[in-house]
Parts: sequence; structure tokens; C-alpha cells
Amino acid sequence: MPQLSLHNFRIDQLKPIDLEVQAGECITLTGPSGSGKTLLLRAIADLDPHQGEAQFNGTTQAQTAPPEWRQAVGLLPSESHWWADQVGAHFSNPDTALLKSLGFERECLEWQVSRLSSGERQRLGLARLLANQPSVLLLDEPTANLDSTNGRQVEQIIHDYRQQHQAAVLWVSHDSDQQQRVGSRHFHIHQGRLEEVTWS
Amino acid sequence: MELIRLTPLDLGIAASLVLILAGLSHALRLGVGKRLLIAATRSIVQLLLLGLVLEVLFAQTNPFYMGGLALIMLLVAGYEAMARQSRRFTGLWGMGIGTLSMFITSFCITLLTLLAIIQADPWYTPQYLIPLLGMVLGNTMNAIAISLNQLTQNAWQQRSNIEARLILGHSWHEAIGDIRREALRAGLIPIINAMTAAGIVSLPGMMTGQILAGSPPLEAAKYQLLILFLVAAGTGLGSMGALWMGSRHLFDERQRLRLDRLSAPRD
Repeated sequence: MPQLSLHNFRIDQLKPIDLEVQAGECITLTGPSGSGKTLLLRAIADLDPHQGEAQFNGTTQAQTAPPEWRQAVGLLPSESHWWADQVGAHFSNPDTALLKSLGFERECLEWQVSRLSSGERQRLGLARLLANQPSVLLLDEPTANLDSTNGRQVEQIIHDYRQQHQAAVLWVSHDSDQQQRVGSRHFHIHQGRLEEVTWS
Repeated sequence: MELIRLTPLDLGIAASLVLILAGLSHALRLGVGKRLLIAATRSIVQLLLLGLVLEVLFAQTNPFYMGGLALIMLLVAGYEAMARQSRRFTGLWGMGIGTLSMFITSFCITLLTLLAIIQADPWYTPQYLIPLLGMVLGNTMNAIAISLNQLTQNAWQQRSNIEARLILGHSWHEAIGDIRREALRAGLIPIINAMTAAGIVSLPGMMTGQILAGSPPLEAAKYQLLILFLVAAGTGLGSMGALWMGSRHLFDERQRLRLDRLSAPRD
């Protein structure tokens, strides 16, 4: 059974989508800006109204309470937002090992959000998402604000998490090298249609 | 004590002070003279009209007249509460949220006061009903307008923060909780300030009026306390009701933040 499946899934910008992502699989998604990639991820996380059906592990979105759905189907927006002053207030159950693998000591939970660099914000944003242990990851350009070293590190973390938790990953990326590194199948949005890409 | 009646001449003396002020403003080119005169004229017309209407109403105790008047007061208050918000809920919700919460709280509180505290006979005696309802309704209207305005403004500005919490699996309750708390606080600040400063910094207007009209000061103080408590209860419960309904309506059945339910800002 696929971890995440979309049947006749519709948002305004795109033609109906049928897509299945297996457990442990990573699919990359690309397309011109404004083509609806971000809106598609938001709709799958059930942040925006949409039509059609999304299933997680065989259970439909409509059957799942919204908070549970969003914990299982975790969205990483391209920019992370922080509502409290301290980093720690944004974590439900901080995972020290995970923080360490992203290059943070436990003390980082006491840091002030206003003093974080953009790279730190991005990596801590990933950490607070993974602390929820989602089974599906929807990643909206997770390395866009990072230098190549940090970017590679984030790729590695997501790779390890996917292996360890058999998570299904839908990864929006503009970098074709990165798409080939991380994904096993690749899709492109062309004129509102989701098309599978094969590289020769 | 005897009520000292004010003659038109008495009021004329007071009004001439305002005229002097307006003249000064004109001479010194301060630019508020015209507005001052308009406001003073409006207050003369409005208050004399109100006095006339009340004289007529006080002369009769028809419960249907009272009900009709209360309904008009409620609808005007509901409209005013909506009109003071820069981002309103679209459709019936815009006026509905404020009007409904005012109806529940202000009417219940006024009714309770008339039946259990004042015990006038009959309970809808206009001399008690209209001023009480007016005080509670007017203050509740202000508080609801302030709190709903805060709620919608902050929800709009902090959209990304609210959605960041939803994404991490927080319920709509948690996601809007901080904003709702702030909004309630803003709505209650005026009455808290009024109660805190009452008698030390300010002599409340109602009590002043009663004393001038000949009531013993202690009786006037008791009535003032009654009004303060009723207003505090009305504003607090009214804002809580309006905020609960308003924040619930900012989210749909799938707990998505639906700012499309708010209209574009007005100034």
C-alpha cells in the first residue's frame, strides 16, 4: 500500500493529479515559479481547500482529524516561521540525537529566535518538523537558503530519516543535480499538468 | 435635597464658554474651532431629542414599546461594532457575531439586574430599563469592536505564524490562542482602567450627574458601583463570546485558516 496517494486531486492551478508515493520513496517535483508547486504541497497538508482525495496509509484525509493528518504528513515550507521568543517553545518533544545530527547542541533550545541566522532557522525548522516523526515529508525547497555544505548536510539528514522511518518524501527542488541525488522518480509541472521526467 | 432645575439661561452661560473657546481657536488659527462648534451643536440636538423621547417613553410602560426600543438599540450597536473594524467578516457574520454576543450578554445582564437587583414594578419600567441597557450595551459594543478588530488584524498579520503551528499539528485553538488572549485583554483595558481610577483620578460621569441632580453621594456611589460591575461583566462576557465565535469562524471544518472570510481593509 502506498504511503501517500492522491486520486483525482485538484487545486485551481493544476489539472487533476493521480500520484502514489511508496514508503521510503523520494519523488522530486519541479516547475516554473508560480506553477503551483507550493500550493500543491499546502493542499496535500490540508492547509488550503481543494477537491479530490488524498490518502495516507490507506486512510483518507476526510477520515483523519486535521491535526493528526498534519503531524503524519509533515510540510516544510520554504521559509520557517517562529511564533515564540525561544527556540525550545516550538518543539513538542525535542530529540537531542536529531539536533546533534543537524549540528546543534541541546542548549540551542534556549536560544532566542531573533538571533538565529537564516541557515540555523532553516535547519531548526527541519528539526522541529522531524521531531513530530511524520511518515510523509513535503519539502518546499529545503536547501534554498543554505550554502552547499549545509545543503548537503540537510540532504543527508532527510536521507537518513527516510531510510530509518520508511518515510515517503515529495521534494520540490530547482537544482537538477540535487533532484538526481535525492530522488528516484522525477515530476515536472508543465502547463498545469504533472508530468513524469526521465533523464537519459 | 431639592433638584435645582437648569434654565435655558444657565445652559447659555456654559455654552458661551464653548463659543469663547471656538473664537480663540479661530483667532489663533488653531483649526479646531469649526469642528468644536459642530460637535457642540450635535450634542445639543442629540441630547435634547433623547430627553424628549425619554419623557414620552417614561410616560408609558408598554412592554412592546420597550422591546422595540431595545431591539433598535441592539441593531444600532451591532452595526456600530462592525463599522469600527478595518477587516470585517464577510456576509452576515460581519454584523452577526457582535450583535449575537451583545444580545446574549447585555440583555441577560440587564434583565438580571432589573429582576433581581432593582426589582422595579413592573420590571420593564423605562426609567430603569433604558439607562441600564444603554450603559451596558454601549460599553459592550466598544469592547467587542476593539477585541474583534484586534483578532482579525493580528490573524491577518500573523498568518504565517498561525499556519506554522497548524503545520506542526497544533489545533486551531492552540494556533489562535495567543492572539485571542491579547484581543480579550485589549477589549477589557478600558473598563479595568475605569474601575481602577474611579474615585481617585476621575469622578465618574454618572455619579457626578446624580450628585448634581441632588442624590446623596453615598447613594450615587452605590449606583456607580452597580453600573461599573454590570459594565465589567457585560464587556468581558460579550468580548469572550464574540472572540470565540470570531476565532472559530477564522477556521473551517478542516481547521484551515480562512482569511478569505475577511473583507479588504477600510480606514
